[in-house]
Amino acid sequence: MSLTLAHFLALGGILFSLSVAGIFLNRKNIIILLMAIELMLLAVNMNFVAFSRFHGHLEGQVFVFFILTVAAAEAAIGLAILMVLFRNRNSINVEDMDELKG
Amino acid sequence: MNTDLHIILLAIPLLPLFGAVLAGLFGRQIGRAGAHWITILAVAGSLLLSLYVFKLIVFDAMPAINTSIYTWAVTGGLKFEIGFLIDSLTVVMMTVVTFVSLMVHIYTIGYMHDDPGYQRFFSYIALFTFAMLMLVMSNNFLQLFFGWEAVGLVSYLLIGFWFKKESAIFANLKAFLVNRVGDFGFLLGIAAIVVSFGSLDYAEVFAVAPTAVDQTISVFPGVEWALLTFVCICLFIGAMGKSAQAPLHVWLPDSMEGPTPISALIHAATMVTAGIFMVARMSPLFELSEVALSFVLVIGAITALFMGLIGLVQNDIKRVIAYSTLSQLGYMTVALGASAYSAAIFHLMTHAFFKALLFLGAGSVIIALHHRQDMREMGGLRRVLPITFVTAWLGSLALMGVPLFSGFYSKDIIIEAVHLANRPGAGFAYWCVLLGVVVTAMYSLRLLFLTFHGEPRMEQSVREHAHEPGWVVTVPLILLAIPSVFIGYFSIEPMLFGGFFGDAIHVAAGNDVLAEIGSHFHGPLAMAVHALVTPVFWLVVLGSALAVAIWFWKPQLAVWCRQRFSPLVHVLDRKYWFDEIYQAMFARGSARLGNGLWRYGDIAVIDNLMVNGSATLVGWCAGLLRYLQSGYLYHYAFAMIVGLIMIIFTYIILA
Repeated sequence: MSLTLAHFLALGGILFSLSVAGIFLNRKNIIILLMAIELMLLAVNMNFVAFSRFHGHLEGQVFVFFILTVAAAEAAIGLAILMVLFRNRNSINVEDMDELKG
Repeated sequence: MNTDLHIILLAIPLLPLFGAVLAGLFGRQIGRAGAHWITILAVAGSLLLSLYVFKLIVFDAMPAINTSIYTWAVTGGLKFEIGFLIDSLTVVMMTVVTFVSLMVHIYTIGYMHDDPGYQRFFSYIALFTFAMLMLVMSNNFLQLFFGWEAVGLVSYLLIGFWFKKESAIFANLKAFLVNRVGDFGFLLGIAAIVVSFGSLDYAEVFAVAPTAVDQTISVFPGVEWALLTFVCICLFIGAMGKSAQAPLHVWLPDSMEGPTPISALIHAATMVTAGIFMVARMSPLFELSEVALSFVLVIGAITALFMGLIGLVQNDIKRVIAYSTLSQLGYMTVALGASAYSAAIFHLMTHAFFKALLFLGAGSVIIALHHRQDMREMGGLRRVLPITFVTAWLGSLALMGVPLFSGFYSKDIIIEAVHLANRPGAGFAYWCVLLGVVVTAMYSLRLLFLTFHGEPRMEQSVREHAHEPGWVVTVPLILLAIPSVFIGYFSIEPMLFGGFFGDAIHVAAGNDVLAEIGSHFHGPLAMAVHALVTPVFWLVVLGSALAVAIWFWKPQLAVWCRQRFSPLVHVLDRKYWFDEIYQAMFARGSARLGNGLWRYGDIAVIDNLMVNGSATLVGWCAGLLRYLQSGYLYHYAFAMIVGLIMIIFTYIILA
């Protein structure tokens, strides 16, 4: 059995679903939330790479580079915000972050 | 139509309006003297021009003028115009109105001398003159209604002229509300005319009315009424309000809260006769409905007798005259009901003079006694107020209908006309007006005896200061006394039997009672002599004898009568409980209705259910929805994802 595009897309879908579940089910730690978002981006990257490989176009891999760069910047900013948040509230517990409630 | 005449006709009502505006808006600038000079000159100008038009119509035999000055609006073929119909009926009214108004203007200088509202008063009475002239000169129903309401407004303003007086405010509100009842009928009548005849113009309506004799109108579904009867009764209900006929008379006695000059001008001589004038003007309509005329006859008869009776027990000098006015208006209404329209207008004219005279005389007494009006505190004033005394006697003799005085001619003709009329209710009306003669003589003499004769009953200080007021008061008295005495003698023949009114008043062939009287008429002197053998004269004598016995000869007889007939006196004292019934039924009823609507309609339904209710409903829904707003980011994200998935699914399914 050889690997087809479908396998890679399925892997991407599974990774995406895992990250979505990670966002929803996680009640404790905002760091995990950030990690789940990173994973979501990686799932998308996986799709891009797979399409690039099987269709013989390089554009997909170029997109992956952009996404990785943005993800790195995002992680840096996200962690910085997290630090400030922790200093202010002494907690990174997701349960405590319900300021949006009216 | 020449333009000069147009300008004259326009000037007649507009001059007083001009005076009213100047005195009302610039009263402070022109001062007290300025206010009375401007309004008096304006009204005098109106009087002179009216006399000129009177001369043109009556002596130069100019045909009636029917002209529209200005078209206000045209809608659906219906024209709203301002126009003048000047015929013999109009010129009589114009002359009477402007003459009495001028007398009252002059008199007011004396009566209102110390009043802070001097300019305002002149402004109001000049405005009244304008409104009344617009009413009588109108050639269409719209302008008639305008004048009708405008005189009502001025009447309201003047009854409440002393607006700090509680009773005056009550009285003017009462007058206004009672008149609304009448006006409602009036408006319905005009509306029925517009609907049925499609015109507001007198001439057009009168021209088509005879073709509508058999038409019916369905006011309520399934109920058919004769159109003309409905129209006439509705119009007459308006007249009942304005001319204070029972049961809408209750406002007139209370209107005596206003200053005496307006009691004379508005609530005796002119405005209250607007209803009489209107019915006479509408004679081509009323002649077509026997039922309506019977209704008019009976209402007038009831008013003529029963309101006169109340006058016997009143103690306020002005109220006695007010009830006398009601009774005399009843006589005029009876004349209308008997198809003797000319006699009604004739009595209207003579009554305007002698009743204005009596009111101004009463006002003179009131000035002399420093605004005391209770006759129980008067007496013996004949030496103190000789001119008032003589003129009041002359006015009263005219009112009682003593032969040769003006009231004799007008009242005798009315009684005779009712006697000859043969429509339903005429028998009842005849007895009412006959008994009314006795009552009239009694209350008139009672007033004179209590006021001018006997021993003075006022306080010593008041008595010492009492003196005849200045010439501005006495001159109008004298000038009014002259027509009160003579005008009947000189005008009865031309006015009633000389075809004076021509086409202005229309009487159907079978109804013309005046023509029948005319065939036996041999001049005013012969009529006065003939009166000695008629029952009317002897009833006057009987009433006078009773009055002399009770209030002059043996005053203790009055006390005895009061005790002997105490239940009757009580009924009269309470004025047949009209006020109490209206107060309980309409005033308190509408207060209760308003209260109920406020409590259940306004507070319960509108405030609580509609306004606060919708707010509460929104709050309640929001309260449910806010459970969805957990504030956790991942809930929102989840909602987004679910939403996205659903959108994709629907997209796929639909594709």
